[in-house]
Amino acid sequence: MPTEPRLPEIERGTEVFSVDPLTIRTHFEVDYLHSYKQDTPFFHGLAKGKLLGSHCPKCRYKFATPRVHCMYCGGPTQWFELPTEGRIHSWTVCYFAAQEFLKEVPFTLVLVEFKGVDTLFLSRLVGVERRDIKIGMKVKARFRRKATWTVRDVYFVRPKRDAD
Amino acid sequence: MRPVYVIAGGITKFAKANPAKDFRLMVKEAFDFALADLDGKLTPAEIDGSVISYFSDHFTRQLKAGAMVQDFVGLCPKPHVRIEGGGATGGLCFQQAWESIASGRYEVVAAMGFETMSQVETAKGNEFIALASDTDYDFPVGGYYNGYYAMMVVRHMHEFGTTEEQFARVAVKNHNNACHNPYAQERLALTLEDVMRSEYIAWPLKRHDICVMSDGAAVCILASEKAAEKFCRNPIRITGIGAGSDCMRFADRPHGQVPLLPHERKSDYKYLKYPGVHSFRAGRVAAMGAYKMAGIENPLEDLDVIELHDAYSSSELQTYEDLGLCKYGEGGRFIDQGQSTLQGKLPVNPSGGLLACGHPVGATGLMQAATLFWQLQRAIPKHFGNDKLQVKNARRGLIHSHAGTGTYVTVTILERP
Ligand SMILES: [Zn+2]
Repeated sequence: MPTEPRLPEIERGTEVFSVDPLTIRTHFEVDYLHSYKQDTPFFHGLAKGKLLGSHCPKCRYKFATPRVHCMYCGGPTQWFELPTEGRIHSWTVCYFAAQEFLKEVPFTLVLVEFKGVDTLFLSRLVGVERRDIKIGMKVKARFRRKATWTVRDVYFVRPKRDAD
Repeated sequence: MRPVYVIAGGITKFAKANPAKDFRLMVKEAFDFALADLDGKLTPAEIDGSVISYFSDHFTRQLKAGAMVQDFVGLCPKPHVRIEGGGATGGLCFQQAWESIASGRYEVVAAMGFETMSQVETAKGNEFIALASDTDYDFPVGGYYNGYYAMMVVRHMHEFGTTEEQFARVAVKNHNNACHNPYAQERLALTLEDVMRSEYIAWPLKRHDICVMSDGAAVCILASEKAAEKFCRNPIRITGIGAGSDCMRFADRPHGQVPLLPHERKSDYKYLKYPGVHSFRAGRVAAMGAYKMAGIENPLEDLDVIELHDAYSSSELQTYEDLGLCKYGEGGRFIDQGQSTLQGKLPVNPSGGLLACGHPVGATGLMQAATLFWQLQRAIPKHFGNDKLQVKNARRGLIHSHAGTGTYVTVTILERP
């Protein structure tokens, strides 16, 4: 006699946090094929030890974090190499973080200003204690030897022999 | 544009976690609260449509959650639309609802918002919120919102000499107000010492300078003049609407000139580069729009009560300045003088604000709207069960809703007719 069709039983159980209300663990994960698209030259630049900003030839406005069109006139911008030295515009030390970066706390974030450039650049500052960090302090870009092809390929340090 | 009124509001208690109720049930609870306040005169049948606000599909773990709210509260097959704009989602929802009445499209509309943030651990929640910053340039270096706001207030401290004690005073004020608000999440009678001694999260911001994640829902019902007269005994009129925006990456913001309010002069800000990262230009622009429409020339004199977006104690201080309650740079002194306390000249966040009520993102702006609506109806004693937070003789008030680092800001003026 033919048996009734059956779904196979699940061998691995489900993680239950509470019974009532019933709370279970569900998992979600995704791999993106993420293209930097028009910003690709910036990330190529990092791998070559260069920090690229963009400037508008019409407005003479310089963006430290690049954008391929000018925010003010809408025209196309051109790439240019930023100086590797800048100054701290603002900063914080993070003792808590988004889950992905929780293992890295405490870490220091800085907004860097460059001479003659109109906007700022967000990055990490490495190797300076909280009590020694000051707005206006000189910082210097360093680049990872092995590129990760992310904005993390650049970070900032305090230049050697720098008193101010 | 025709006149628009708020006729009812409803909220759930904001809580760290509300595992027994999903987002639909929380909205339904707030929705029924609002309808009950109209003594059963208004039923879903008389509501023409809805605007639904929630911020993150990651938290909800459900796309098109708005459709599920719409059917759960019994508003199908009427039209609805979802609004999303980070932390300002609720404020934007309220203004969208206003537009649907002002334009003549609807007679009665429900603005309904929620967030269920307890679905993940706090660090993951911070990550979801951080994904609402530039994911190519800002998030990958470890950027997240506590860090961004910390950098903004560090620059404010540098420009104006603002101190940690000054923004800690905002946290003290708001938490103590919340002790009398039964819907608030953190009803703590904090002292200045408690706030100053709480641990650093992102220097100089400490645990009690930062709002908590929440589960919660809020609803406001808006109506035309005709419908307001029919359903509500004491409707409150919306007299000013303003909104503004700013660059997603705060690093990209200009260092230019301050857009001036009627009571300010160019000479006030001779050396100030604006907004930089110390101020929220979107908040200033939103205030200018709302003040112009409502005929407000000096907000400190012309307003009686404010509910503003204090996800950080520091941002309340910065927002005093954007709203023109004091000049740029004077926010610290404004709180030192106690101007924004319950007994002060212009009480700010009598509800306890986001710092103490909690910040279930999509509900927050509508919670602020509902509590301000009750302030102007003088119905705080009715809903809170005590009169401690009722601002006496409140006639005109302001609601301010704000998204991450000031990317979207709405300012709305409500008035007792
Ligand atoms: Zn240009």
